[in-house]
Amino acid sequence: MEAKKLNLTLNIWRQKNSKSVGSFAEYKVQVSPDASFLEMLDELNNTLELKGEEAIHFESDCREGICGTCGLVINGHAHGPLPKIATCQLHMRNFKDGETIWVEPFRAKAFPVIKDLMVDRSGFDVILQAGGYVSINTGGVPDGNAIPIQKEVSSLAMDAAACIGCGACVASCKNASAMLFVSAKVSQYALLPQGQPERYRRVERMVKVMDDLGFGSCTNTYACEAECPKGISVTNIARMNRDFMMAKIKSKEVEV
Amino acid sequence: MFEIYETITGENPYKSPMMIYPAPHYTMGGLWVDYNLMSNVPGLFVLGEANFSDHGANRLGASALMQGLADGYFVIPYTMGNYLAGDKPTLVKTDHPEFEKVAKEVKDLTNKLLSIKGKRTVDDLHKQLGRIMWDNVGMGRNEAGLKKTIEQIRQVKEEFWKNVTIPGSGDDVNQTLERAGRLVDYFELGELMALDALDRKESCGGHFREEYQFEDGEAKRDDENYSYVAAWEFAGENKWNLHKEELKYEYVKQAIRSYK
Ligand SMILES: Cc1cc2nc3c(=O)[nH]c(=O)nc-3n(C[C@H](O)[C@H](O)[C@H](O)COP(=O)(O)OP(=O)(O)OC[C@H]3O[C@@H](n4cnc5c(N)ncnc54)[C@H](O)[C@@H]3O)c2cc1C
Ligand code: SF4
Ligand code: FES
Repeated sequence: MEAKKLNLTLNIWRQKNSKSVGSFAEYKVQVSPDASFLEMLDELNNTLELKGEEAIHFESDCREGICGTCGLVINGHAHGPLPKIATCQLHMRNFKDGETIWVEPFRAKAFPVIKDLMVDRSGFDVILQAGGYVSINTGGVPDGNAIPIQKEVSSLAMDAAACIGCGACVASCKNASAMLFVSAKVSQYALLPQGQPERYRRVERMVKVMDDLGFGSCTNTYACEAECPKGISVTNIARMNRDFMMAKIKSKEVEV
Repeated sequence: MFEIYETITGENPYKSPMMIYPAPHYTMGGLWVDYNLMSNVPGLFVLGEANFSDHGANRLGASALMQGLADGYFVIPYTMGNYLAGDKPTLVKTDHPEFEKVAKEVKDLTNKLLSIKGKRTVDDLHKQLGRIMWDNVGMGRNEAGLKKTIEQIRQVKEEFWKNVTIPGSGDDVNQTLERAGRLVDYFELGELMALDALDRKESCGGHFREEYQFEDGEAKRDDENYSYVAAWEFAGENKWNLHKEELKYEYVKQAIRSYK
């Protein structure tokens, strides 16, 4: 049973490399409503390549919403119009026949365009390298229930750890701030016992690197939370800010 | 899980029956390594899913976690340290003849791929290869199917080298070129998988040779003749030499596994 195909007009951002100036190019496509957005782009790329034109560059890996590699701005929304999904989980049945769709890369000073819809998000890796780990020896495996952790606390930590590092929060913030991402990474450790020894060092280091890389400041618009595919809460930002203040009082490690 | 299902299919699984089909999840085997996880290239260690070492013909649940811990936590800190202790690292520069040789090989391959300018896309040929593997090198395999598969893979490979089209250049990011490079690897890997399956005339784990089964359809292993790991050494295009690594059991006795 083949569903009726949709006729769509796509306006896609094409840009040769980080130094060149990009612009929108128009493409007409016919696509099954059961196709995913990225499958539609794959198909389009096949037709372009057959004409000898270069493929539209975009990134993806798992295509099931767990790795954070994909990321397009579709009709002005990071990861498209639906809430709480990554671009790869968006299906064409959510669009209407005859619709015009605008497709852009994640835009931020700290995410330079590599080509077309592909951006360099390695800044996130640098932030993680500054503190997104537990480096102290936490000893052997403790006996079950030896260190009780409240259900609410472990749930909050797990919720924070759900961040897939996609960068949609940066792309949807008018200041291109990375606060939601960094606060999720800080919180997942700050809430649990393993994260305590390095808690304040970690937040200081990660925030410093975030600022150095040119990510903007947070002005509490919550656009990040609205577009985050994993529903990361802005309360993580509040937690990070509290920890950062505490760190300023407690430690002398990083000069800011 | 149900939410994910609904996003993908657009159907509510509480109301209509779920559509479920098998999909490839993991590839058995991998690069050969010695007991210290070092490959046949001295100093090149291979960990995790990329090596063949930790699980047998069947890959059971959570093997990845086990292998991650075993390789990364218990083995490599000691064996790599041991290797480094016996090595005197010297400054390696890009004007080394070996480096120049490999750099030239990569450049030549890139130019060759870009110059074909045929009529079929990388994606199209990749899907054709996938279909061939799916049909005859899945769980159930048989001699006729595997022999046919090897022929078919060679044909698609030939078609690829004559008729693929890769727009763009090799000087910049080119995802089509990247995929073409992977597909070249897959032709080789696919053929080797079929060859290995053809050679192993028994059923075991994820390898079910239809000719070798009990009357009730259970897998029939042949420990007498096939109790070894097949390590295939690359010996040029379409050629591999088989090295058999015998499986010796000192404490556990080999027995037939029954899921009944
Ligand atoms: C959908 C799915 C579900 C799974 N579920 C389970 C499960 O529930 N339980 C379980 O135990 N196992 C599961 N597995 C298997 C398990 O996830 C993998 O076996 C395991 O993650 C492999 O880990 P690894 O570190 O060996 O390799 P990988 O995690 O694949 O890491 C390889 C790394 O190498 C990098 N890399 C590749 N090429 C280069 C290069 N040229 N230069 C630099 N870096 C490079 C890659 O980017 C990647 O980061 C699942 C697998 C899949 C696909
Ligand atoms: S916080 Fe959300 S939007 Fe930001 S990187 Fe993590 S998952 Fe993506
Ligand atoms: S491709 Fe992995 S989250 Fe979209």
